[in-house]
Amino acid sequence: MDFVDIIFVVFALIVVVSAFIVVFSRSIIRSAFSLLFTFFGVAGLYVLLNADFLAVTQVLIYVGGILILILFGVMLTTNVVSVEIKTGTLQTVPAAVIVAVLSGTIAGIFWFTEWHTAPAREGPTTKALGTLFMTDYLLPFEIASILLLVALIGAAMIARHERGTEGGR
Amino acid sequence: MHITLFHYLFVSAILFGLGVFGIVTRRNAIMVLMGIELVLNSANINFIAFSKFGGLNMAGQAAAVFVIILAAAEAAVALAIVLNIYQNFKTLNVDEVDEMRE
Repeated sequence: MDFVDIIFVVFALIVVVSAFIVVFSRSIIRSAFSLLFTFFGVAGLYVLLNADFLAVTQVLIYVGGILILILFGVMLTTNVVSVEIKTGTLQTVPAAVIVAVLSGTIAGIFWFTEWHTAPAREGPTTKALGTLFMTDYLLPFEIASILLLVALIGAAMIARHERGTEGGR
Repeated sequence: MHITLFHYLFVSAILFGLGVFGIVTRRNAIMVLMGIELVLNSANINFIAFSKFGGLNMAGQAAAVFVIILAAAEAAVALAIVLNIYQNFKTLNVDEVDEMRE
């Protein structure tokens, strides 16, 4: 077990434990902050998988964007000082059984399948990814940019507070 | 023990299970969103693990980039909808929000 394997175990433990806290914590604030560690752990796994550009993208977009959005959502919709912030769960036991069976099945498939493995490509990936987006994946790339524009306008439209209809707030 | 493809896939399977568990059990809409993010992250781990071990190379990483783009768009629109729901219903319990109108 060499050094890289130990690093992998550390990141995998960070991901799994913090994801457990996300799912099982009673406080939604604690869940949101635990999600931070999940995203960082996943970024570490990306680094171990030779995906340097994706690791940085993960930190920038998930931690810097999505997590901040979620925290804004939490703080705009719940009263932080009251007990309302605790969120209930329902039907935990049947859900746990079904999810355990589901995850076990998936892990079993992963274990028993003879995966076709090939030697990995070494070196930095940013230039290769950029070339790929400008050649093979040009159409999905442009469609994604249009999708982001639509999501931007749509989110602004949906979240905008309509004045005059209810007399302010 | 040497880290192979299976170990990454196993971590992603656990993450997927936890995300689905969060989606189906939590009542708060924002917690459901966090579960969706966990599921998307587990899918991304799979893509990139196959890009290293399975010979998928850069195609897997390109797919992961598109997943991240879609996750960002989804989070923005979903949180806008959540804020609107909170303004109209004064609650985020997904069991109580079962009507399209107020």
